[in-house]
Amino acid sequence: MTLTAPDQTVAPALPAPALAELGLRESATFDRATIADIQRAAETGIYDIRGWGAKRKVPHFDDLLFLGASMSRYPLEGYREKCGTDIVLGDRYASKPLRLDIPITIAGMSFGALSANAKEALGRGASAVGTSTTTGDGGMTPEERGQSKHLVYQYLPSRYGMNPDDLRKADAIEVVLGQGAKPGGGGMLLGQKITERVAGMRTLPIGIDQRSACRHPDWTGPDDLEIKIAELREITDWEKPIYVKIGASRPYYDTALAVKSGADVVVLDGMQGGTAATQQVFIENVGIPTLAAIPQAVQALQELGMHRKVQLIVSGGIRTGADVAKAMALGADAVAIGTAALIALGDNSPRYAAEYAKLGSAAGYYDDFQDGRDPAGISTQDPELSARLDPVAGGRRIANYLRVLTMEAQTIARACGKAHLHNLEPEDLVALTIESAAMARVPLAGTSWIPGATGAGL
Amino acid sequence: MTTTLDNVEAQRTSVQTFDLKLGGVRELNKTLHHATDGDTFAVDHPGGKHSIAVGVNAEVDIEINGHVGYYAAGMNQGGRITINGNAGVGVAENMMSGAVHVTGDASQSAGATAHGGLLVIDGNASARCGISMKGIDIVVGGNIGHMSAFMAQAGRLVVCGDAGEALGDSIYEARLYVKGTAASLGADCIAKEMREEHLAELGELLRAAGRDDDPADFTRYGSARTLYNFHVDNSSAY
Ligand SMILES: Cc1cc2nc3c(=O)[nH]c(=O)nc-3n(C[C@H](O)[C@H](O)[C@H](O)COP(=O)(O)O)c2cc1C
Repeated sequence: MTLTAPDQTVAPALPAPALAELGLRESATFDRATIADIQRAAETGIYDIRGWGAKRKVPHFDDLLFLGASMSRYPLEGYREKCGTDIVLGDRYASKPLRLDIPITIAGMSFGALSANAKEALGRGASAVGTSTTTGDGGMTPEERGQSKHLVYQYLPSRYGMNPDDLRKADAIEVVLGQGAKPGGGGMLLGQKITERVAGMRTLPIGIDQRSACRHPDWTGPDDLEIKIAELREITDWEKPIYVKIGASRPYYDTALAVKSGADVVVLDGMQGGTAATQQVFIENVGIPTLAAIPQAVQALQELGMHRKVQLIVSGGIRTGADVAKAMALGADAVAIGTAALIALGDNSPRYAAEYAKLGSAAGYYDDFQDGRDPAGISTQDPELSARLDPVAGGRRIANYLRVLTMEAQTIARACGKAHLHNLEPEDLVALTIESAAMARVPLAGTSWIPGATGAGL
Repeated sequence: MTTTLDNVEAQRTSVQTFDLKLGGVRELNKTLHHATDGDTFAVDHPGGKHSIAVGVNAEVDIEINGHVGYYAAGMNQGGRITINGNAGVGVAENMMSGAVHVTGDASQSAGATAHGGLLVIDGNASARCGISMKGIDIVVGGNIGHMSAFMAQAGRLVVCGDAGEALGDSIYEARLYVKGTAASLGADCIAKEMREEHLAELGELLRAAGRDDDPADFTRYGSARTLYNFHVDNSSAY
């Protein structure tokens, strides 16, 4: 959202405590951001489109804590005793499953939404630590294929740039049904970013405001998806793992149906998951939090006897190694990161404070990915801005960040006495709030109470 | 250059035949993926099976004798594939090049998202024919169903019968030629003038499909381009 102050408002000169002492009270319902939204809508007549994920506060991994080892559990020695991090994705049907060194992957973000340099940096960083990157709604670029040792190729409703040569070049295929930021919505890329190269890759006129389809053009429902997945397997001779990505809304049913449709891997993206451009009303009001989604998906997998056989990748708000460990303890096999990877590259860095101010934003608030004027050179197609991001240095930052996430997760796993991140389990967790206890299905700290545990469980 | 259906019969040399009553689709596709230019195949008893002859990547001739299920000839690159029968959902979906000929009718989403090549359907095609097409040429001898050429980006769709409701909804730069009537036009799709170059390209497409309809009897439809950029006054169309 752009922080353009409407003409009639004058920024208060007094700091908030002084205002309170004067008896002035900000409305919780009509707070200043809401007031600015209403005034912006009244001025422009069009809804707000922005990047980033849901900004509202929802129960999240912060509301969970680990129970470290003590009398009844053995911790592992830091550094000296091994804590494994490797994973295999897609060994249900694929003859060439993905073997990654760490369970943290880079989520699908399109060339178009991101600059070629940003894509290259993600590829370099991921390859350096033995993990995968993912294409996006705009096809596969040679830069990306060249830099990514493990590349997941997205199969989206728009099918921009989709072709069998790239399908055969991919290491895995991800059929995208939805995204956590907008379950039920299609892609969007505004004209500023539809340059000649982006337009060419998508077979679109240059400079149009692109709205991509939200439904796949040649299948509807799980019975069709099963046939579609079989077709993709036939085309690629049953070599590649096939993922199905869902935005978290009804993850219990969607996961079960994805498994039934023949997926090797389910990718589950919660509502905090980032986007390149979506209506704000959509981002903030559709979908459920990542924390609430994971146990539902895991339950579906367990009931089908498929937990750990069909792998679960979770995304949406992963920031730290603690988040990685918590997602895995709840039953995920791996996680994916989008927003955090962009931040690691330099997105929202205070270094660009002056330039964010010129764009009517600020470091820490910048979410106008749709505008293509990113001073950090990440969410842009402008050659001058893109050139600010050195893909080699960016790759190093990504690799550093992924290493830190991994070591943090290992620190926690060892403290819980686990010789592999996979061995983390819900029993290692407690919740700080009643809401998070109910959603994550772990007891409220200091009690044995899991709200709703005796109920239907969905 | 328009791909044509000529010579498919003439070129056949030694034919390798698959009977899908005996062997599976996997074995067929595996063989096709290892074929080289000029190889010729026949497929008997397809029995409505799905994914027949998908991912073909050579200039081979394939004749399928009977009805096929979903996604027959999907993602074809260079193959010249004849289906002597009806085709299920998504025939020739995402084709890149080559030619696919259906002698009967085709189900929904025929030629969906295809980037190139020629798809000829002698009979009717159901809903969403040419949906999200990205450069393919499609010629349908009969009628097409509703929502055809939805978000069609590039390529040409020729319909020798009538078109169903909401033809060309949210269309981009694809060109549609309809001989009969369109039940209704989708958002931003309008009838356009048939200029010389359109008559010429339509004539070429009809000839490529082995048809003798008169291009002058067709109406051209395409994008009014009013939805290309967000505009406050278009909010009811969003
Ligand atoms: C700039 C940007 C572009 C994205 N593009 C796509 C896309 O093309 N396809 C897709 O499935 N998801 C896309 N996503 C969503 C990510 O794949 C992922 O689900 C999400 O970013 C994960 O949540 P996180 O951002 O909190 O890590 C995009 C996200 C961002 C931030």
